[in-house]
Amino acid sequence: MRNTRMKTLIVAAALLALAAWSFAPAEAAPKKGGTLKFVVGSKIPSYDGHIESTFGMIHPIRPFYSLLIRVNPDNPASPTDFVCDVCEGGVPQPTEGHTKYTFKIRDDISFHNGQKLTSADVKATYDKIISPPKGIESNRKAFFSMVKSVTAPDPKTLVFKLKYPTGAFVPALALPYNFIYAKADLDKHGHKWHQKNVNGTGAFRFVQHQPGAFVEGKRYEKYHHKGKPYLDGYRAISAPKMAIRLQAIRGDRAAIEFRGFPPKARDDLKKALGDKLTVQESDWNCNLMVTPNHKRKPFDDARVRRALTLAIDRWAGSKYLSRIAIVKTVGGVVFPKHPLAATKEELTKIAGYWPDINKSRAEAKRLLKEAGYPNGFEFTLHNRGVDQPYKVVGTWVIDQWRKIGLKVKQWVQPSGPFYATLRKKKNFDVSIDFNCQSVINPLVDVSKFISDDRAGNQYAQYQDRQLDKWFEEMNREPDVKKQRAIMRKYEKRALDEMAHQFVTLWWYKINPHRSYVKGWKIAPSHYLNQHLDNVWIDK
Amino acid sequence: MASPSDLAVSEMDFDALPERSWVDRIKDTARKKPLGAVSACAVIVMVLLAALANIITFYDPVQNAFDSMHVAPGAAHWFGTDQFGRDIFTRIVFGARTALFVGFSASILGSTAGLILGVGSAYFGGRFDLIFQRFMDIFISFPLIIMALSVVSIFGTGTQNVILAITIPLIPRCARVVRSSALAIREIPYVDAARALGFAHVRIIFRHMIPNVMAPYLIMLTAFLGQAILLEASLSYLGLGVQEPTPAWGLMLQGGAEEYAESAPWIPVFPGLAITAAVFAFNLFGDAVRDTLDPRLRSE
Repeated sequence: MRNTRMKTLIVAAALLALAAWSFAPAEAAPKKGGTLKFVVGSKIPSYDGHIESTFGMIHPIRPFYSLLIRVNPDNPASPTDFVCDVCEGGVPQPTEGHTKYTFKIRDDISFHNGQKLTSADVKATYDKIISPPKGIESNRKAFFSMVKSVTAPDPKTLVFKLKYPTGAFVPALALPYNFIYAKADLDKHGHKWHQKNVNGTGAFRFVQHQPGAFVEGKRYEKYHHKGKPYLDGYRAISAPKMAIRLQAIRGDRAAIEFRGFPPKARDDLKKALGDKLTVQESDWNCNLMVTPNHKRKPFDDARVRRALTLAIDRWAGSKYLSRIAIVKTVGGVVFPKHPLAATKEELTKIAGYWPDINKSRAEAKRLLKEAGYPNGFEFTLHNRGVDQPYKVVGTWVIDQWRKIGLKVKQWVQPSGPFYATLRKKKNFDVSIDFNCQSVINPLVDVSKFISDDRAGNQYAQYQDRQLDKWFEEMNREPDVKKQRAIMRKYEKRALDEMAHQFVTLWWYKINPHRSYVKGWKIAPSHYLNQHLDNVWIDK
Repeated sequence: MASPSDLAVSEMDFDALPERSWVDRIKDTARKKPLGAVSACAVIVMVLLAALANIITFYDPVQNAFDSMHVAPGAAHWFGTDQFGRDIFTRIVFGARTALFVGFSASILGSTAGLILGVGSAYFGGRFDLIFQRFMDIFISFPLIIMALSVVSIFGTGTQNVILAITIPLIPRCARVVRSSALAIREIPYVDAARALGFAHVRIIFRHMIPNVMAPYLIMLTAFLGQAILLEASLSYLGLGVQEPTPAWGLMLQGGAEEYAESAPWIPVFPGLAITAAVFAFNLFGDAVRDTLDPRLRSE
């Protein structure tokens, strides 16, 4: 009897669930047409993705180009979900001991100038990225250090051979900067032609660029992802001031800004626009770092550097700064949501992440005393003249250091001089720096901590061969568990034992946009998912 | 050697004049120039606030207090708190130090350098004056803020560089005004007499000419105070002046205007009011000084 009742209940519950599912509103079908207007807060240095690294270029220019593979537009939050763009089928499985990748290139793709795309174009593109001719820059050459050769045995086939098996290769292919160029353009016009000219196979064709005003693109009718793009075109409006970008969305002069706004701006917009605004949020593959100059006293002393990181209360900072800045997540050297990232328990064993901040600061004071600075000392924090999150975090860390007796002044410079100081002049005591990546690829992303004669972007000016060794080991280790174990040692040494440079907080991405913008899904990077072929307007 | 003005004073019969206390003189001036008196009071209050900032405030101007972020004005925080939980009243009072320090330093340095160069140019005259004045023309042709921005972009940010950035554009403005007065002084016989006695150029300029152009100098100096404070605030607002966590009005306005104008309007409003009040007070004070010292206006 009891069994019969139970069965009846189960059947009834199942029927109810079925009914609820069948009456649930289906996701609306994409509508065609309309022009998407979005605002961009940075300038376009050039159109060449292979040499640039700014969202100021990616947001307006990426829709003109395709990639070999890309982050799945329907699941951009995943660090491991990649799909083919100009290749066919899925991302190929490696052969020959994980050292050979054979891609089949689609034969239905044309460049905007009408020329057919073949594997020779993709090969020419990767040749330019991986082994550019002398005098030609390539910003992401180091990401492909594992590549032995790139060949195109026939127009439909592209083969990468690696020196050693590594999990860092496929994510590197999906970098949004790896625009596919036509071999004919490279051969005819040279390797700098793309800095000022556009000819891609992306969802949109280049119409015009009014410098300082806007970039305009219109739908490419022969786009290879059938039925896309949905938009007739787009206009990327240049708006360096945040207040202008905010008001543009508020006044419906623009529908979206793809980089991200601080929490207060989100709240103000939501209050003003209500249902007309949709907010998407995500962890962000960017962190702000503190970089002491090892060539300057007393920052050549690991005890002083450890004191600096021990003074920072990251857990409280996360709670409060996330209310006023685009930072939130406490993390180590690896993107916090990644399997290779430290767990909270592992983090709390690293200096600067201890749960008891009083104990941490007492240790910092003890270290300063031991290093010969019982009353602290004065120094200058070099920072970038950008409010979010640089100046906010800079003001916060100065306050944190005051609590252990350090007197810190802030030296703020606009982006150009800021980079010149970090990269060339190197005349700073301690600087704010950042590690911002696109595709989550920790094995490569953590290269910022290896010796400065090997990493192109390490500005603390130290050399640590132990870290270099572990970095190599991690990259050649196929077993994820072993990779993780090496990563923990690497992290502990970089952030704690040597405290060469250290992470403050990871960024947090907040994208409030007009609710009529559909199809765009937030990614953990402001560089990703910007091809716009799946975006549509529901007006 | 006594100058003609000294002789004129010595001939006056001081005993015939009624004795007047300084209080009476202040009252008399206040009655004649009420706006000047009010502005002088405002300036004195500002100076006192800056000098006694440690005594009259209850909070640390730079310490973050995240449990008190965005608190509206009230009994605990008269002007509310900012995004870092810092008391805005405290930061405005301490910000007066920055404003006055930069304002006084830049206007005194700029006016004094302009005074010396202007008098020197008038004294030497001829080709030197001609060439020197063309340089002055070039400097004057740039708006103050553009000139200051150029100087900051060359020398970098920081308090000293901000003072330098404000000082440089003030120099030619003062030099031009002072030169016109000094040209008249140069033609007075006592300068020729000093030359005839073989005095060095430096002695003639500093002992005989500069004391006689102090009126336009003081007028320019007081007029520049308001401008210098406004320039400091402008540079800080643009992120090129003093930097966080130093309390400075322009910096406070910049930190709050964009993000908090709607949700926490007290963050930008109070620093904005402080800048307005200070510039207004110094401008009125400068006008009053001019009215008092300029003989033509005095006779009217």
